[in-house]
Amino acid sequence: MAEIAHAPDHHPAHHGHAESNWFIKYMWSTDHKVIALQYMFTGMLMAMIAGFMAYVFRMQLAYPGMNVPFFGHVSPEQYNALITNHGSIMVFWVAMPVLLAGFGNFLIPLMCGCDDMVFPRINRLSYQLFFISAVVLVVSWFVPGGGFGGAWTAYPPLSAVGKYNLTPMGSSLWVLAVALEFVAFLLGGINFIVTAMNARAPGMRAFDVPLAVWMIVTASLLFMASVGPLIAGAVMLLFDQNLGTGFYNPTRGGDPVLWQHLFWFFGHPEVYVVLLPAMGIVAEIITVFARKKMFGYKTVIYTVVATGVLSFFVWAHHQFVAGIDPRMANVFTVTTVIISIPIAEMCFLYIATLYGGSIRFTTPMLWALAFIAEFLIGGVTGIYLGASGADIFFHDTYFVVAHFHYTFYPIAIIGTIAGITFWFPKIFGRMMNETLGKIHFWGTIIPFNFIFIPMFFLGLSGEHRRIYDYTHFPDLATPSMQALRITSTVALVIMLLFQFIFIFNFLYSWLRGRKAEKNPWRSNTLEWTADSPPPHGNWREMPTVYRGPYEYATPGRDSDYWPQDERA
Amino acid sequence: MSVKTIATQRASMNIPTGRLAVWWVLVSEIVIFGGVLVSYLMHRLGHPEWGEQAAYTNLWAGAFNTLVLLTSSLAAVLAHQAAEKGDGPKAARLLYLTILGGLIFLIVKSFEWTHEIQEGFTLQAGGFWSYYYTAAGLHAFHVIAGMGVIAWVASSAKKNQELHRVENVGIYWHFVDIVWIFLFPLLYIAK
Repeated sequence: MAEIAHAPDHHPAHHGHAESNWFIKYMWSTDHKVIALQYMFTGMLMAMIAGFMAYVFRMQLAYPGMNVPFFGHVSPEQYNALITNHGSIMVFWVAMPVLLAGFGNFLIPLMCGCDDMVFPRINRLSYQLFFISAVVLVVSWFVPGGGFGGAWTAYPPLSAVGKYNLTPMGSSLWVLAVALEFVAFLLGGINFIVTAMNARAPGMRAFDVPLAVWMIVTASLLFMASVGPLIAGAVMLLFDQNLGTGFYNPTRGGDPVLWQHLFWFFGHPEVYVVLLPAMGIVAEIITVFARKKMFGYKTVIYTVVATGVLSFFVWAHHQFVAGIDPRMANVFTVTTVIISIPIAEMCFLYIATLYGGSIRFTTPMLWALAFIAEFLIGGVTGIYLGASGADIFFHDTYFVVAHFHYTFYPIAIIGTIAGITFWFPKIFGRMMNETLGKIHFWGTIIPFNFIFIPMFFLGLSGEHRRIYDYTHFPDLATPSMQALRITSTVALVIMLLFQFIFIFNFLYSWLRGRKAEKNPWRSNTLEWTADSPPPHGNWREMPTVYRGPYEYATPGRDSDYWPQDERA
Repeated sequence: MSVKTIATQRASMNIPTGRLAVWWVLVSEIVIFGGVLVSYLMHRLGHPEWGEQAAYTNLWAGAFNTLVLLTSSLAAVLAHQAAEKGDGPKAARLLYLTILGGLIFLIVKSFEWTHEIQEGFTLQAGGFWSYYYTAAGLHAFHVIAGMGVIAWVASSAKKNQELHRVENVGIYWHFVDIVWIFLFPLLYIAK
């Protein structure tokens, strides 16, 4: 098919046609930028809901039995549904749509220098399925019995038997929503992978591709290779719930631990599915604002691949106390400790990129630096949990909760806001307010640490997860532990209040912000050579690539950056 | 409205975009079926008594269906050959044969299942039967989806349009075949 490879790009006749109306333009569009925004806005709306849920159940923990403002009294069933849906939303309906689908859709065609995804209509279908999945999830909170309350990991028999979870409809709808969401991301992921592999600008070799694209594509690959067993598992769980099979029922020849294997075989790579896009976003930001070449660009890529491969061999570290063979636990302890090596290496490479750079502390740069610092805390505490001996003590305590929030929060919130503040000029054609951005940054990062550091100590004191009211447990209801709980809750409320500054800044800048030029950050990658915001089809004349993405401060050049499409 | 972007027409890897995408679809399918089959295998090894249940499956019906599916794949290969030569109508006729193979497969299967359900071997009748219906049902679902896509491709191939899609649906159909080649011994032969 050589004739395809060498065919010159030509614009199809109907490009840039006038969109007929608002609905076609924004709700039925096949333009990757519009779909990116659909994903981002849906994800951010879901984040607000999940943030509100966190506020409600943290208030219940700090002040048991109180009438929570804007919610009222929290019943035990509501508490379970709130924590379950908070976790599910943040992973499946916030981190994935915003980081993977939102930024993936926006960045892959723009960074690879093409006009759209290779399958624009499949792309649209992907968002539509995702939207339906979100609707199904929201509906599941209002059916008889309420929303599913069996924790986001949905372990059977609790999730499989309506008599135990008391939410037979809610739990089935939850499984259905998750399964639909997976299908949406499979369609999107195939699009991402094929676009980045096959639709790059002329001259762009594999090692001229920016790290953000490399990482989003690797993340899509990990997702694709890990989610299958859980899709199968979800079908089996739906059958157990509704058709009377016994896949997870030991009295009928099934095994509840099977679900845990299927879930975590997906669940652990999933951590890297959301981590890698955030890592990629941070890589773009630190090179631009340190005005330095990425330190070890190829090493980063090899490290990402190594992480991806290893991530398939660590899943049982979530199941050390589930009754697995202790010899198997040893194997998984070793693989878990090994996977911290490539991740640490990536962090070192990022720090080495910063070393000696002319660092500019813009808002996106602050977020990127915070990502590295906070994620390191999450990574280091993970080593305690990866060791099976220590995990027997820590398992299902707040130490685990604090650990994964120190990994997921930097990913889903810090990484996302870093990306939004960085690409805002490109997405909307206007600059965000820097002062408000910095106030929001400090108002988020400081309370964030005050929320989760107390949880490490609570976990060390033996505070178990998923408990509605600690006053029923004298050992856990001591005044000092309660003081830590209140600290954490108050910090959460402060942090949530600061988000209104971000929302205001976002909306105000969108409408009234200073007009952005094409390349306000003086960056090298291709998206900055398109207009801000890029029109339908992205470029009037498609770019050609002459060099890699991180040629900053090249000796012997007048300007300190060297765009990828600039002829030598 | 057909949307052909510049991106769709590029081929940086020298592989046609559609074919590349089909291979990635297969990767995601492999892990889905892999999940079901590995779960089944692990349980089967832990429950030797499931073999007695497996003895009730109809080996000859399964063998006949294997033959039918393999033959339908041959038709898909011949359709690809015709499409390469630019003979769209012939490719379409051969694709209809492939669909016919899928149809026969499903008819045989529905007789099998009706019989088994009448004998009391329902989805709830035990671990083996749960896996039997789930794995084969998931496969049958892929057969049905494949038939739909092939019909759609054949209708455009008949007009000599989008002939490259003949190969792409062929790849998918072979995969559906291969899954059955794993399912047949695991569900029917192993006693």
